[in-house]
Amino acid sequence: MSVTMTVNGTTITRSVEPRTLLVHFLRDEAGLTGTHVGCDTSQCGACTVLLNGDAVKSCTVLAVQANGAEVVTIEGLEQEVLHPVQQGFWEKHGLQCGFCTPGAMLTASYLLSTNPHPSETDIRDALDGLLCRCTGYETIVRSVQRAQEIMDERQTEERETKIG
Amino acid sequence: MFTTPFDYRNAHSVQDVIEWLQEDPDNTKILAGGHSLLPLMKLRLSTVSHLIDIGQIPELQGIVLSDNELRIGAFTRYVQLVRDPSVALAAPLVAEAARVIGDLQVRNRGTIGGSLCHADPAADLPAALLALGAELEIAGPAGKRREDIDSFFLAPFITTLAPGEVLTAIRIPRIAQGARSIYLKRPHLASGYPIIGVAAWVVLRDAQVDSCRIAITGIGSVPFRAFSAEQMLVGQTFTRDVILRAAEQVASDQSFDDDDDGYKANLCRVYVTRALAALGNQG
Repeated sequence: MSVTMTVNGTTITRSVEPRTLLVHFLRDEAGLTGTHVGCDTSQCGACTVLLNGDAVKSCTVLAVQANGAEVVTIEGLEQEVLHPVQQGFWEKHGLQCGFCTPGAMLTASYLLSTNPHPSETDIRDALDGLLCRCTGYETIVRSVQRAQEIMDERQTEERETKIG
Repeated sequence: MFTTPFDYRNAHSVQDVIEWLQEDPDNTKILAGGHSLLPLMKLRLSTVSHLIDIGQIPELQGIVLSDNELRIGAFTRYVQLVRDPSVALAAPLVAEAARVIGDLQVRNRGTIGGSLCHADPAADLPAALLALGAELEIAGPAGKRREDIDSFFLAPFITTLAPGEVLTAIRIPRIAQGARSIYLKRPHLASGYPIIGVAAWVVLRDAQVDSCRIAITGIGSVPFRAFSAEQMLVGQTFTRDVILRAAEQVASDQSFDDDDDGYKANLCRVYVTRALAALGNQG
């Protein structure tokens, strides 16, 4: 079947079997291996990507279901400068081995896009579908809190630049 | 992991679905959010030759609130139930149960109709929908029909849906004015599914139970209503003793499978008690 989707702003068309999972489409067809296959049973969240803006586990979505959709993977998060979530993870040591990190960052960016000022409970709830086998959860939570501050800081800067 | 090969069709109307289902009913499955079906297919616990995607059928989507009921399209995702203001207003129990399903990513994909038709005995939403007296709109080769949710679940993963039929919408009567409601769940630590989930609402008038409903999921072979406990409660003063007796009634009415040590009966007693006590403390 022919499947067309926009991945990180680039339109890509491939002919794939209907049983091709979105995660394999991204890794094997689009060549974007930042999206990791962890448990492959929709538990661990390492394969989380944004599908039309929503965080989803790409091991449990068929590529054909994403036909016509816009997908953002970890490779698409950075725009000129690091995304606030990337900056936050860097500053607060939000990763150890890094395997779950792409999923953690996309889940965090989704949370901040739907709830710009989450409480610590909101952050922990949002990360419920993410398993970090280094058990680095505390620093991930701090990283998301820092990402939120960075977002606010950048908005303030932008506003001041406009006024100035 | 890969599923076995299948052919995939994207339906654009309910009529498409009904026609295509009839071509090979035994080997065809409807794909909604896919968060129960795809994992089963990947583990090869389910082998399907034909998948019909219903994700792009406008008539299966949307939430409409009218004077006396809420109509939810079968392909409405959990996240929409959590966020929609009319669900919060007319059927807060549905939003409360949807909020504790799986995790954020799962709630972005899973659908209310998928949950009902998959009929996992440990699904969260059926308890809320049983407690609210939902009615199901079903379309099939013989036309449309309505079914009360009380009779819909026959056995684990088996419903009254006939071959060729598709669930199109869920109709929920607006919850009674002044009702207090709760969905209380004990999640399994690994899977997140409820070991038990209790959905209950009560209308109190001068501390007396005017009307109430209790429905339970996760612990039986199908989700069930606690009819005799509901009847027992009506007209009673909503005290701790009455709540304990109602909970005892729920537990003793049921015969649970594999419960020689009485764990499930006890869990049932404890969670019904906690749910009703929480209602007593509301408002």
